[in-house]
Amino acid sequence: MSTASSTSAVLASAKVVPSVPPPRLSVEQATYAYAATDRSAPNFSLSATTFQARRQEIVAILGPNASGKSTLLRLAAGVISPLSGRIEIDGVNLSDLDLRTRAQRIALVQQESELLFPLRVWEFVLQGRYPYGRRLRFESAKDSLLAGNALSHVGADALAARWMNELSGGEKQRVILARALAQEPALLLLDEPTQHLDIGGKVELLRRLRKLADEHRYTVLVVTHELNLASEFSDRIILMHKGKCLRVGPPDEVYERDLLEEVFEAPLDVDVRSNGRPRVTLRGSE
Amino acid sequence: MAIAIENEIRGMRTLTARRVAGVCAILLGVLFVAVVISLRLGAFPLSVRDILATLVNGLLGRSDRVPSEFALVVFGLRLPRIALGILVGASLATAGAGFQALLRNPLADPYVLGVSSGAALGAILSIIFLPHVPGAIQAAAFVGAVITITAVFFLGRRGGQLDSATLLLAGIVAASFLSAGIMFLMTTLPGRDLRGMAFWLMGDLSSPPPTQNVRGWFVFLFVLFAIAGGAIYLTASDLNLILTGEKEAQHLGVNVRRVKLVVYVCASALTGLAVSVSGAIGYVGLLVPHAMRMLFGNDYRLLIPTSALGGAIAIVIADTLARTVVAPTELPVGAMTALAGAPVFIYLLRRRVR
Repeated sequence: MSTASSTSAVLASAKVVPSVPPPRLSVEQATYAYAATDRSAPNFSLSATTFQARRQEIVAILGPNASGKSTLLRLAAGVISPLSGRIEIDGVNLSDLDLRTRAQRIALVQQESELLFPLRVWEFVLQGRYPYGRRLRFESAKDSLLAGNALSHVGADALAARWMNELSGGEKQRVILARALAQEPALLLLDEPTQHLDIGGKVELLRRLRKLADEHRYTVLVVTHELNLASEFSDRIILMHKGKCLRVGPPDEVYERDLLEEVFEAPLDVDVRSNGRPRVTLRGSE
Repeated sequence: MAIAIENEIRGMRTLTARRVAGVCAILLGVLFVAVVISLRLGAFPLSVRDILATLVNGLLGRSDRVPSEFALVVFGLRLPRIALGILVGASLATAGAGFQALLRNPLADPYVLGVSSGAALGAILSIIFLPHVPGAIQAAAFVGAVITITAVFFLGRRGGQLDSATLLLAGIVAASFLSAGIMFLMTTLPGRDLRGMAFWLMGDLSSPPPTQNVRGWFVFLFVLFAIAGGAIYLTASDLNLILTGEKEAQHLGVNVRRVKLVVYVCASALTGLAVSVSGAIGYVGLLVPHAMRMLFGNDYRLLIPTSALGGAIAIVIADTLARTVVAPTELPVGAMTALAGAPVFIYLLRRRVR
């Protein structure tokens, strides 16, 4: 009896080497609240949220406006730190990483600030190599190669020499994604990347993300309002509502009619397509 | 090699240290020509050959080989003034480029933002209260510059955001308020050491070095410039990203807060340095970086050294004109830069509004 308990004590104290690698991104009981002193932001809190994202997975964060989707994404990006709980990337606590190391692991794609000084597309994409440079960071041939590859991966080779401010919305979105890929991140975070795209552009973008995850082993975390595209292309869904994480799971587990109706406050129907993925329609719209 | 060709086809030509050095070498050549021309012009005529002979022999310590009046005109009169012009031009243009990145505003300039006037007021106060303390003028001008840019920065915010038009208005108001303060002090406290009102308000390079040890004085000034300018240059690639957007820069691994602090302090120091020796010369910090952007692009790794050299060239030329066009009297060099700078400022402002 005593032998058994001492053995388990040894096991507990020893650094257990896991046979499976840790999940790429692990968010454990993370909470957050906007400070009351910030006038512009509404008082908002995110209650304890737990989920994991593995290699080659696309995880979509869904929910109505102000449900905490972007807060969750910014926590995962390390832009803000959780009040409590733990966020790890490949088993390393996110807050232990310095800015540059973090930028080598995590790329965040969001709505870009307006450019004040004109910039060529390739110059913009090369910025993604910044976390790897030295002092003045004159770009190496490798940097150029990787920037060129990143442009190829988003199908934007032909745009290289164009000016950023001359691009269409869809083109710009692809170039911003290319800069994120040039960072060679393990984790790719996107905040409403489909916002200003037409339906063709939306499908193309998600198809591209799927391909990047499948072929290049990226872990993709995407905030979106597109319920059906998320169902079609993602492995897992995180459903957010009023600062709470209501459910985490594959689309067919999360897409329940009553749940979605309550969260989105709209009459919805959910059926299952022939490929097994659920589809959401507005009720009475037939 | 294949990569280089492939990228050449894509139109990607990345900046290299070699290109920076090459462009700077060309600008140094232009600066040298401007210096020789400036040395040549004036009441005492000198041929280019005399100037070169004087310079070479002077630098080699063989001053006995050239007539003593040549050495006096070149090393005693004209060269110190030109060296001062180089220092002031380089400082102001570097500070201007720094403020433009920091405030994300292509119209930012130490003079337009009122920082020069703040530095001038600081310098005057130090002359009144701390006369004969070496370096006090530079330190006080620096403090004046830092206080002014901080005030203008907070006045230029609207709803928590830095607003381009509000910022420029805040700068212009600060400049006029501080100029009034300068005039008040100059009128009521006529200290013996105070230079003229035109010097502080408009800028002038005609006053001689304040010490007998001219060489030591210039070493002091240029070391200060090298420290502050060098610190800004080390942040050049960070500034490139900050110009694209502060949030984005942060995500890409730039320590935005630290970079901004470095540039704030160093650009203010450069402004204080320039103003302490030449008064508030305007528009160089606006005009020169803009011209360099048009010539060489927006990459700060190239823009900062070219702006420094371009600023030096611009002031040497402007001061040469200022002391020759209305000879035997002189214009303040700030009048020359304002004549050229104000119309360009209006042009840039209107182009932005459209």
